[in-house]
Amino acid sequence: MRHLCEFRDRGLTISLATELDRIVDRPVRFMEVCGTHTMAIFRHGLRSMLPEDLHLISGPGCPVCVTPTGHIDAFIRVACMPGVTVVTFGDLVRVPGTNGSLARARSQGARIEVVYSPIDALNLAEQRPKDLVVFPAIGFEATIPGVAATILEARRRKIQNFAVFSAHKLMPPALEALMSQSGLEIQGLLCPGHVSTIIGANAYRFLSMRYHLPCVIAGFEPADIIQALILLTRQVGYGRAEVENAYPRAVRWAGNARAQGLMQEVFEPVDAEWRGMGIIPGSGLAIRPEFSEFDITKRLDIEIPQVQGPKGCRCGEILIGQCVPGDCPLFARVCTPLDPVGPCMVSAEGACAAYYRYGRRHRRL
Amino acid sequence: MKNKIILLEHGSGGLAGQELISRLFLTHLGNPVLSSLEDSAIIETSTGRLAFSTDSYTVDPIFFPGGDIGLLAVHGTINDLAMRGARPMCLSLGVILEEGLLISDLENIVLSIKEASEKAGVPVVTGDTKVVPRGKGDKVFINTSGIGIVPDGVNISVKEARPGDIIMLSGTIADHGVAILTRRAGISIQGDLKSDTMALHRLVQLLVETLPEAVHTLRDPTRGGIATAFNEIAKTAGVGMDIEESKIPIRPEVEAACELLGLDPLYLASEGKFLALVAPEYAAQALDMIRLQPEGMDAAIIGRVTKDPAGRVVLKTAVGGARLVESLSGEPLPRIC
Repeated sequence: MRHLCEFRDRGLTISLATELDRIVDRPVRFMEVCGTHTMAIFRHGLRSMLPEDLHLISGPGCPVCVTPTGHIDAFIRVACMPGVTVVTFGDLVRVPGTNGSLARARSQGARIEVVYSPIDALNLAEQRPKDLVVFPAIGFEATIPGVAATILEARRRKIQNFAVFSAHKLMPPALEALMSQSGLEIQGLLCPGHVSTIIGANAYRFLSMRYHLPCVIAGFEPADIIQALILLTRQVGYGRAEVENAYPRAVRWAGNARAQGLMQEVFEPVDAEWRGMGIIPGSGLAIRPEFSEFDITKRLDIEIPQVQGPKGCRCGEILIGQCVPGDCPLFARVCTPLDPVGPCMVSAEGACAAYYRYGRRHRRL
Repeated sequence: MKNKIILLEHGSGGLAGQELISRLFLTHLGNPVLSSLEDSAIIETSTGRLAFSTDSYTVDPIFFPGGDIGLLAVHGTINDLAMRGARPMCLSLGVILEEGLLISDLENIVLSIKEASEKAGVPVVTGDTKVVPRGKGDKVFINTSGIGIVPDGVNISVKEARPGDIIMLSGTIADHGVAILTRRAGISIQGDLKSDTMALHRLVQLLVETLPEAVHTLRDPTRGGIATAFNEIAKTAGVGMDIEESKIPIRPEVEAACELLGLDPLYLASEGKFLALVAPEYAAQALDMIRLQPEGMDAAIIGRVTKDPAGRVVLKTAVGGARLVESLSGEPLPRIC
């Protein structure tokens, strides 16, 4: 894995950080949209290397975190139905719903298994023809094509005991909603790397044109991230607002046409509820009627209630950059990774988990 | 405790387990020996000091690359004794078998136990067998307990950690955790991902016999990984730690697998490595000695014990940044995108 050494080169990273320090000559606030960026920034200790005047706030790019409580409750309800096995990514297991989590349901007998890929869920369904295997599908454009391909594969293999609970979300409508609300003061957007491989760099042009917002797509290694911050700072300095692709080794301007085609074949846009942002038009994906036999909400006639999030929890505001984890009265007192109240404390990509694990009390060490 | 029921995370070696132990077991059973929460207990007798330790093994799958549950059960308890500087003398073996287990599988496990105990020179001297109905267990669970003799003058304990100590690691991290996780997830990665399960008592014995004053603390970073072990030492001894990320030995294929699976290797188990906190004047000598032994070829100095910030672990990252390292919480989770 040469990327690990090249883009984690100490000398390169330090010289980029020095350059960033030189050009930041006024207070700037950038949002890193993607939870994987949040985690990478903390994990590599990059905050301790950034200029004092550069403020990074986390955005709505953690799939588990933006999934509203009503959906979590519905996942748990499905998991408790007789004959059902819920097969999911690990992050979802500990997210609290109104009454407990999937982990708690599992401790009381619900059948819940963790996998790394939706195709594993399909294979499990094939091995256990008597069970109904349900895959709660959360996540953005980066993971949706994989789920679409799995549904197509299920049809090809004629596997009937497999269904998907789609809670997929689309990034551009959420960014549009974020920018059109008043009060979010950011000077630039660190755009997500994985999502961009699918949707392409062009997908952010409306942000630079309509909202005069500098956008830079970044990879996930330390040198990638600091390089992107330099490009954002330069745009601010020159008063420009453009989309720049600082991750050309993975991201093309038009994105991945084949993956986009898979998504469109299987899913169609619907209005969707986001934690912290309410219902955003056209920001979710439902399974098309042609594939309704794989849609658990159709198959079992599942209603998704709109429920209030946990009392006192400010995950919603954290996800839209209105506050940082330290502003939440529950953070690190009532809400800890051991005993999480909100999803941002659970997910490996959640802002609260990252601040708790890596950043508490120390900005500069 | 807010949780009214046991969750899987209570067994992951992280904060939930620590809370369960302190709020439940220590509340009711606590005494000066148990409450020290060392890898093994030291019991004073009229003829000397004994080390006593017990551990249960529930690993899934029971056979994995680099070993099986039998090897693990022998090595784990021997290592827990060794972490107090004790010379392991003998083991007990308790097995709980699920109805339906193949006798040939059990025989293979017993052969592993024989091989490991003969190689280590630590015999199994007493045992017990129970069978539970199908579905009430999972193939085989093993408990081993061990007794060892602590040589006079040896006083190795988490409490002995002190500012200035050099932090040494006897080899690469996360090998066992990655071998199990990739196997369990059905992911095949090119390269040689296998458990590092290994007995460490000979290496420890050599160290404490040759340099009796050198070693203050030993800990084997099993569940919860080195991150959790650092934190346990820092909090118990009331010291800080400065760790250099770039000095931590890790095999490239293990690092790559962690990247791919979104796992932080600092939280993944080793089953054949120790962390040693060594007085600075002996550090160079101790490192040379460890590296000359087959168990410690990849040993490295990875940091030092500090006075401040007490109870906290600071990681100097490979790219030149710095951050805190916390104990494991929850089960180690794969990421989503």
